[in-house]
Amino acid sequence: MTVISHRAGTRSSVQTRRRAVVVSWRLAVIVAIALCACAPVRLCAQQVIAIVGGRVLPVSGPAIENGTVLIRDSLIVAVGAGIAIPDGAIRIDARGKIVTPGFINACSQIGLVEVPNGTSTQEMGVRDDVAASFDVAEGINPASIVIPVTRIAGITTAVIAPVGRFLAGRSVFADLTGGTIEQMIVRDPVAMHVTLDESSREAGEGSRAGTLERLRRLLTDARAYAARRPLYERRQMRDLSAPQADLEALQPVLAGRLPLVITANRVFDIRNALRIAREFSLRIVLSGAAEGWEMADEIARAGVPVLVEPLQNIPSFNRLGARYENAARLAAAGVQIAIVSGAGATAEETSTAHGALLIKQEAGNAVSYGLPYDQALRAVTLAPAQIMGMGERYGSLQPGRVANVVVWSGDPFEFSTTVEHVLIRGREITLASRQTELLERYRTLPPH
Amino acid sequence: MASAAATAAVRPSRPDSLAYHDTLSFDREQYPSTYHRRLSPPVLIRNATILTATGLEIEHGAILLQDGRIQAVGTDVAAPPNAIIVDGTGKFVTPGLIDTHSHLGVYAAPGTFGEDNGNEATSPNTAQVWAEHSFWPQDPQLPLAQAGGVTTIQVLPGSANLIGGRSVTMHVVPGRTAQDMKFPGAPYGVKMACGENPRRVYGSRGGPSTRMGNMAGYRSAFIAAERYRRRWDAWNRNRTGDPPERDLQLETLADVLRGRILVQNHCYRADEMAQMMDLAREFGFHIRSFHHAVEAYKIADLLARDSVAVSVWADWWGFKMEAFDGLEQNAALVSRAGGRVVIHSDDEHGIQRLNQEAAKAMWSGRRAGIAITRNEALRWVTANPAWVIGLDSLIGTLEPGKHADVVVWNGDPFSVYARAERVYVDGALMYDRNDPATWWRTDFELGNVPAAGHDR
Repeated sequence: MTVISHRAGTRSSVQTRRRAVVVSWRLAVIVAIALCACAPVRLCAQQVIAIVGGRVLPVSGPAIENGTVLIRDSLIVAVGAGIAIPDGAIRIDARGKIVTPGFINACSQIGLVEVPNGTSTQEMGVRDDVAASFDVAEGINPASIVIPVTRIAGITTAVIAPVGRFLAGRSVFADLTGGTIEQMIVRDPVAMHVTLDESSREAGEGSRAGTLERLRRLLTDARAYAARRPLYERRQMRDLSAPQADLEALQPVLAGRLPLVITANRVFDIRNALRIAREFSLRIVLSGAAEGWEMADEIARAGVPVLVEPLQNIPSFNRLGARYENAARLAAAGVQIAIVSGAGATAEETSTAHGALLIKQEAGNAVSYGLPYDQALRAVTLAPAQIMGMGERYGSLQPGRVANVVVWSGDPFEFSTTVEHVLIRGREITLASRQTELLERYRTLPPH
Repeated sequence: MASAAATAAVRPSRPDSLAYHDTLSFDREQYPSTYHRRLSPPVLIRNATILTATGLEIEHGAILLQDGRIQAVGTDVAAPPNAIIVDGTGKFVTPGLIDTHSHLGVYAAPGTFGEDNGNEATSPNTAQVWAEHSFWPQDPQLPLAQAGGVTTIQVLPGSANLIGGRSVTMHVVPGRTAQDMKFPGAPYGVKMACGENPRRVYGSRGGPSTRMGNMAGYRSAFIAAERYRRRWDAWNRNRTGDPPERDLQLETLADVLRGRILVQNHCYRADEMAQMMDLAREFGFHIRSFHHAVEAYKIADLLARDSVAVSVWADWWGFKMEAFDGLEQNAALVSRAGGRVVIHSDDEHGIQRLNQEAAKAMWSGRRAGIAITRNEALRWVTANPAWVIGLDSLIGTLEPGKHADVVVWNGDPFSVYARAERVYVDGALMYDRNDPATWWRTDFELGNVPAAGHDR
């Protein structure tokens, strides 16, 4: 397959039209989530589930042997040993098993792409260099066959992020369940995404320095716009470098409310990212940071978390120093890391949808290259939630947290481990996908 | 392997020798290997779990590597006095891993235009090109594959063309030239590609633009090859008069018909593989392995019937329509039906952990109730790929007499946490995870890539 999909692949942005500023359904999402995770009223009748007897890894605290995770409706209500189980609770026997929070992929294109090459099933981004107002939400297909494949592997939640040439737009934080985007999406937007590496040079007229300058101009203009909205509306302002919708979309980034995820891999790209963050007091997250290990202390001092792809070690001029020890070295320096697969994806790489479940293998490999096990587990659960500002509701097994829980037959990172139960918002998911249907169809071949 | 025309190639002779001038180009050895095994004292690895890939697993076993070959394997192996003793306590020993589908050296890092030499995408049939003529021995991806326990690779041209050219089999060892790495005596393969890629590349350039166009393209190529083969075989019987005109493209295809060049066929869909097996029957050749074969599980019985191997991924799927029906159980289902399965990489990342990919495929099968043994899964990355590249009598298992291509793992290689700790090629230690002095560093890496274990 190599030549076409990897080397000569054409990345066709699908969506040509940018969304208008704000749509009212977002409000509806927030209300719906707050009230109840499931729409039909009859499903909202109180349901209590007790996962009992397992080795519970809450991530937020030490392991609990023979622990219980008690779930009422969509939330965890108790976690510990010796917890009283209410009458009528549905019991899930986890003796001999491992119980963890559902895994979170902090940077994926799940639901945005069905078949990345040669089809019109790609909704990852728009063609404009500057697409701050672009939001992936309405491009997500809740019926994507990638969703069941991913969640039955134990990944219950994902940041679904745009892919673009420079300022790609806004991502959402979503559970991998629900028939509508309103049901899936937990927070929209959850982050803004920009690329500051080799692949965004063209957006700067051919130089990284130009790209940096363009980003500075955008942020400066967005700030000026916010300070003089009435003048802008009366067309009494100088020309600004982006349409109004983009300037609006950048406001929460300037206010530090919305994290800016910056894809940067080389040391000098990372330093450029840190410099921009300092200049504008932004809350940034690095994505990729393949050479981050070379300046781990500097990243740690800046308090910037990193979405790291542990298995990225192929040298290119975009990341000559890439190596397997990156995750471990960053973590050892005190950098908060989340493990992703295919983060830092630049134009030469494919999007991360079908491979989103590989964060398990990435995490296991990170461990064998020096990342402490507990930190690896945290890097696919609580850390991504915290990095995206969702740590109070996601990523750990604690009372009050959303009941995304996975029961594993053993170590979640090992190939020998079976996913036995997946609960999303307190509902057990059927462990089926299009792939399991194909398996059953061809398990026995007809006589020839 | 002999060139198409020659019955027995002569050793390279000095151009000023008489013998040289008595021959023509097709009689001379073609780009011969200059590989030499590294000299090493005998090595005895003992008290390890030895997975021989023959069905035999030996607890607390020992293996003796001597003069480039495996001398002995068992529970009680005596070491010569000068042997280096390696304590294998807690370790696992396997044959060196073999990748039937690599583009290292032809799609080399750092991945610029300069290293993009894998596809001669100028015509749908480029059977005349040889991958070794594109191969860059300073590809910094080569040491990474070696550190993953890979000792032999088949380097293939890309999949843009119906017939992409000859493959070359390489030892994964440092060399200044491609010839320094070329596996002596390895048969050539020819890369063929079905499906979407040739259609996409040539659809607007004169075709083929359809799958039926693809089939017509292979058929006309082999019709020409039949004629060429007949003409040369007739001339070779008494070698009098002028030889027929030499044609590199037809020379390769004629050797496919003679069974000297192994067909390595990129093909995803089940129905398309069935067409290719019929094509092979039409022209009287054998497809050695389908590559990628994402739908092999749908025709596992046909593949077993025709003894066609499949080189597959563990879990790549969905990246294009012909990969839409990919299943993690593909390898296991084909294996159970009696087919010959290989886990391949086609990827500079995947080649670094073929053991993990085999593990994924094995456990996916087991979870689905398909009892794949550890030995069988190990064969997916050792003995079976050795067969696919025609080297199963030399490498791929741990048996006395075979080349001493051996990996010592720091744990069960089917665990995500296992790492290749020592890699031996022809009995010589080429990589030791605990000794940075052994780590292969290509020219490209100097000054560009910090030495592993060291900061810039």
